[in-house]
Amino acid sequence: MNSVSFMSGSVERYSSREQEEDKEVKAQRLRAYWRANTTLIRNLLIVWGFVSLGCSILFVPLLNNIRFGSVPLGFWMAQQGSIFTFVILVFIYAIKMDKLDRRYRRK
Amino acid sequence: MSVEAWTTTFVIISFMLYLYIGWRSRVKDSKGFFVADQGVPSIANGAATAADWMSAASFISMAGIISFLGYDGSMYLMGWTGGFVLLALLLAPYLRKFGKYTVPDFVGDRYYSVWARLVAVVAAIFVSLTYVAGQMRGVGIVFSRFLQVDINTGVIIGMVIVAFFAVLGGMKGITWTQVAQYTILIFAYLIPAIAIALILTGNPIPQVAFGFSDMVDKLNQVQLDLGFAEYTQPFVNKSMLDVLFITIALMVGTAGLPHVIVRFYTVRSTRAARYSAGWALLFIAILYTTAPAVSSFARYNLIDSLHNKTVAQVQQLDWATKWSNTGLLGFEDKNGDGRIALTPEEETSEITIDRDIIVLSTPEVAKLAPWVIALVAAGGLAAALSTASGLLLVISSSIAHDVYYRIINPQASESQRVMVGRVMVGFAVAIAGYFGVHPPGFVAEVVAFAFGLAAASFFPVIILGIFDKRTNREGAIAGMIVGLAFTAFYIIGVKFYGMPTWFLGISPEGIGTLGMVINFIVTYIVSRLTPPPPLDVQEMVEHLRSPELDGAPLSDLGEEQLD
Repeated sequence: MNSVSFMSGSVERYSSREQEEDKEVKAQRLRAYWRANTTLIRNLLIVWGFVSLGCSILFVPLLNNIRFGSVPLGFWMAQQGSIFTFVILVFIYAIKMDKLDRRYRRK
Repeated sequence: MSVEAWTTTFVIISFMLYLYIGWRSRVKDSKGFFVADQGVPSIANGAATAADWMSAASFISMAGIISFLGYDGSMYLMGWTGGFVLLALLLAPYLRKFGKYTVPDFVGDRYYSVWARLVAVVAAIFVSLTYVAGQMRGVGIVFSRFLQVDINTGVIIGMVIVAFFAVLGGMKGITWTQVAQYTILIFAYLIPAIAIALILTGNPIPQVAFGFSDMVDKLNQVQLDLGFAEYTQPFVNKSMLDVLFITIALMVGTAGLPHVIVRFYTVRSTRAARYSAGWALLFIAILYTTAPAVSSFARYNLIDSLHNKTVAQVQQLDWATKWSNTGLLGFEDKNGDGRIALTPEEETSEITIDRDIIVLSTPEVAKLAPWVIALVAAGGLAAALSTASGLLLVISSSIAHDVYYRIINPQASESQRVMVGRVMVGFAVAIAGYFGVHPPGFVAEVVAFAFGLAAASFFPVIILGIFDKRTNREGAIAGMIVGLAFTAFYIIGVKFYGMPTWFLGISPEGIGTLGMVINFIVTYIVSRLTPPPPLDVQEMVEHLRSPELDGAPLSDLGEEQLD
């Protein structure tokens, strides 16, 4: 499958519907979708950086004064907490993107 | 049954299973061979990605490394899992939407250039080759330790098995054997971990036992008594800045490794790629959150059973005698006081512990049945073979698809393309086997290369290719070359020519972070100074950014089958 047949295949399939939607309306809808997507990515990556680079490296000497369960918090974040957070972030992204897809997909 | 008999049985059964799956998933066309017909369900792809990603080193050595480094070992735990967040949010869905076969495919099409494609091909092959050599060696080592088979014979057996399912089934065969391999390796890892957690803390869940028992406190105390730093003490071996740089380099390198990225080309849709990344990370996290628990328990237990004991007492421990025969554990009463002692200094320490023993000896230390030890052997083989097969396919597809089909002979028929793919897998297996039998002395050193180079080459150009429409051919090629050259220069200089770590004392393992930043800057600036990409490329980027199957409701896709 080369790029030409791939592109034209999808154009043929939806060309009749494409014509119904105003070009400008479509561009606006896609821009809004992309903006919502990048905002979501930015927010999730802020959490990602704060938990892994922040709580698990930069603030560890500070956080180690607090205890979580029976281990120092900074140490626990670095060896357990950050990994749990990563898993949750990826699933949040997948679920939120389903919602965005539903909202911005052409009805 | 003896341990050897159990091990032989388990290894033969698991190999028969891989061969059977390989035979069942044999393919005829190039889409099946290179991307498993893009029909892999997302949970299955998650398991395959986890097996693809977790190598012999993750399975056998990682817990040991952490047990020696204490807190500082966290950089591996976070680096090798945090990269999947970047992959899931920034790369996987768009590359799946792009819908082609390889990473150089994306680079070549997005940057409309044969040269960009070739730079990507060279980087993909180099990264994968450095990585695969260690895997084949790992297969040989597992054979020699558990079955007393010569290492070289072990490597050759591994080569034959991988060659069979990879040549016949291509990506499809590899995918389904990886799913089976994940299942074997995770059970092999968890059973001894649960047992040792139960014995030492009374709690069967390693993660809970790790955080909520007095084990880590006791270990901290023992470490202090022996003159080591506390186990939880941060930045003992590396500075904070170095840990930060290494963690980022490992994360970004993980997200940029071609054998991980191509796994997301095999799922059914963009949506499936997002969920698949979540499943992959969950399956990886099961092992990666268990590992630090095993590290601390096994370290405490080793010190507790060996330190300050008489030589006669130690010789009564079956496992201590057995592992001292393999050279992984050593005792020598250097000061002649009749007792052996562990100390931080190598010259005076009377106990030497190889890092691999942390995982390998756990079943015996925990007095588990012989079949569990056999399962660990089968798990180690599964981890090595699954990673090796994923890497071999990247090498094969880079040559067969990107060089042969896309550059040399675009008129090639389906059967020609699959044939070249099969020949290249065979060729790659032979090279990997050669490195397994004659390991270049620098294998351990070049692992830093794989991550550093992936971070400094692929990651920035793929990200900018999706998120910055203005990035063009000139920028991408300049960025990849400058990023690669800088990173390679620093690593080679420091590792082989005694160059000082002149950039803020950052070790070679972490310099990929700076290489990545340089790549980003160079790509961005050069792109702005040269003409924008052609319109059809800009349209392609628009297409990648739009919702999947614009117009079709989710129900038409069979949503429930996707995840």
